[in-house]
Amino acid sequence: MGVLPWAWWFGFRRHSAYPLGALAEAVTNTAFGFMRAYVLLALWAARPALGGYDAADAVTFCFITQALIGPVQIFGGIDLTERIRTGDVAIDLHRPVGLQGWWLADDLGRAAAALLLRGGPPLLAGALVFPLTVPGPAASAAFAAAVLLAVVVGFALRYLVALSAFWVHDHRGPEAVALVLSLFFSGMILPLVVFPGALGSAAMALPWAALIQVPADVFLGRRTGAGLLGALGFQAGWALVLLGAGALLTRAARRRLVVHGG
Amino acid sequence: MGDAVIEAAALTKTFTRAGGVLRRRARTAVTAVDAVSFTVRRGEFVGYLGPNGAGKSTTIKMLTGILAASSGSLTVCGLDPSRRRTALARRIGVVFGQRTTLWWDLPLRDSLTLVRRLYRVEAAAHRTRLAELTALLELEPFLATPVRQLSLGQRMRGDLAAALLHDPELLVLDEPTIGLDVVSKATVREFLARINAERGTTILLTTHDLGDIERLCRRVMIIDHGRLAYDGGLGELRRTVGADRVLVVELDRPAPPIALDGIEAERADGPRQWLRLPPAANAAAVIAALAARYDVRDIALRETGIEDVLASLYRGDRAYGRPAPGGQRSSAE
Ligand SMILES: Nc1ncnc2c1ncn2[C@@H]1O[C@H](COP(=O)(O)OP(=O)(O)OP(=O)(O)O)[C@@H](O)[C@H]1O
Ligand SMILES: [Mg+2]
Repeated sequence: MGVLPWAWWFGFRRHSAYPLGALAEAVTNTAFGFMRAYVLLALWAARPALGGYDAADAVTFCFITQALIGPVQIFGGIDLTERIRTGDVAIDLHRPVGLQGWWLADDLGRAAAALLLRGGPPLLAGALVFPLTVPGPAASAAFAAAVLLAVVVGFALRYLVALSAFWVHDHRGPEAVALVLSLFFSGMILPLVVFPGALGSAAMALPWAALIQVPADVFLGRRTGAGLLGALGFQAGWALVLLGAGALLTRAARRRLVVHGG
Repeated sequence: MGDAVIEAAALTKTFTRAGGVLRRRARTAVTAVDAVSFTVRRGEFVGYLGPNGAGKSTTIKMLTGILAASSGSLTVCGLDPSRRRTALARRIGVVFGQRTTLWWDLPLRDSLTLVRRLYRVEAAAHRTRLAELTALLELEPFLATPVRQLSLGQRMRGDLAAALLHDPELLVLDEPTIGLDVVSKATVREFLARINAERGTTILLTTHDLGDIERLCRRVMIIDHGRLAYDGGLGELRRTVGADRVLVVELDRPAPPIALDGIEAERADGPRQWLRLPPAANAAAVIAALAARYDVRDIALRETGIEDVLASLYRGDRAYGRPAPGGQRSSAE
């Protein structure tokens, strides 16, 4: 067996080493979930069936979003950035394993820990208080696949941002841009279905839609049959394109690599 | 040439320092490693010395394939490091003293398990090797401790174990004793001496600790401003730079500077005077003459340490004894 399953396992352990911190975040995400839910309920009261969602769909969307904040790391960031900044990436580069594959495995471990510790609580709390739309077994299985792909796309985007630190020595610029794009175009702030016309279509075609909007639609049962395959294919397609870009950028970085520090 | 582990020929690394986005034209080039050539053979223990910023770490990053050379050629264990980084990593061990390969949040034992998986070490081989390293480096008391709770010396020993678990042919060390106390240093030194002597592991060591050098290295290479300034034996370095001996003479009372058969005091401080002996001088005869002519209370003979030799070389007070024409390559062939 290769080393990557181990990287996954140790990533999982590393990120579940401090369960109290994760639970505190889960509580925060749950609290924000309730605030957003009431805002969305007010919006749907004024504009029923907005974007094809009913009020229950909108509230369900809201809690799914809150549950996915941790697993897809919607606010961005990856430990690799700091390692590039300090030059510790020299250690990673010395290991007999590809940089992107290693960090992907680690990030999937992190996402699994986040799903358990930070994903469950908001969804459960929401379901206790509101009548959420609950998926059947088929939609649940599809949702699991969509979340996995969402995590991979999320990783690939964050990995590209992290690698930019090899070129742009102040990594906060790219991170700030990435954060705005990620919040706005993932559906985190508002479901993409409420975006009007061309803006809506564009948002649905961009990779950030794969992070939250697509898994949420799968959960809500709005993608079935060919539509479901299309949704998962959309996510998988972006995952491949972005990981491919990551591989190319890794190679380019290695060529003009500047490893900081003595 | 079958037993060459490292072969560098005219190895060069130039960094471009960008002046920021708005000052594209302010770019400057820094040649960190400048046409360095040397060969390290199997089983050697080589000290790689030089003042701060000389280019040591940059050389090591090229040797390990982390940085690509700007020009020149480099072969390590028969491989081109930057093209065959992964294959090379399985055959060499590296310790960057200021960084750690260990996983901060995991117990040391788990980090070593992950290293085993990374390097695909067989379970049985791993068990023997781990037991051996645990004994030699005295790891037992903190194998179960999370790495972030280890002291610097414990962490360094953990890092050494991690670098050696896959039994590499070549071990490259960038300041492995930095910040260690005398006992930890002694443990690490003894360990390095042993794996070099018993397993025949080739070692390239960068350090500013001259105790490391005097205890461990038969051969030293000195790099200065990116250029290889000396490559040869340690004793030879002392001799070729004309390391001299100094007599510290303590008289009964302050006196005018001593002058004795062409040897003059170069410094006087109250009753104490310093006399530098020419290389050919017979110390016993000089001491006898001093005792006969002066009221001497005490005499000490001080050899110029390797530290003084290096300090004066780095400062430029003395010339390096001989340039390094490819180091020991010619003599060994
Ligand atoms: N990433 C970098 N970008 C630009 N210049 C660099 C970079 N890394 C090193 N340098 C320069 O290259 C030269 C050699 O640096 P290096 O780190 O190899 O020195 P060193 O011999 O290891 O010094 P020390 O003993 O202080 O560790 C220095 O002038 C340094 O400023
Ligand atoms: Mg250095």
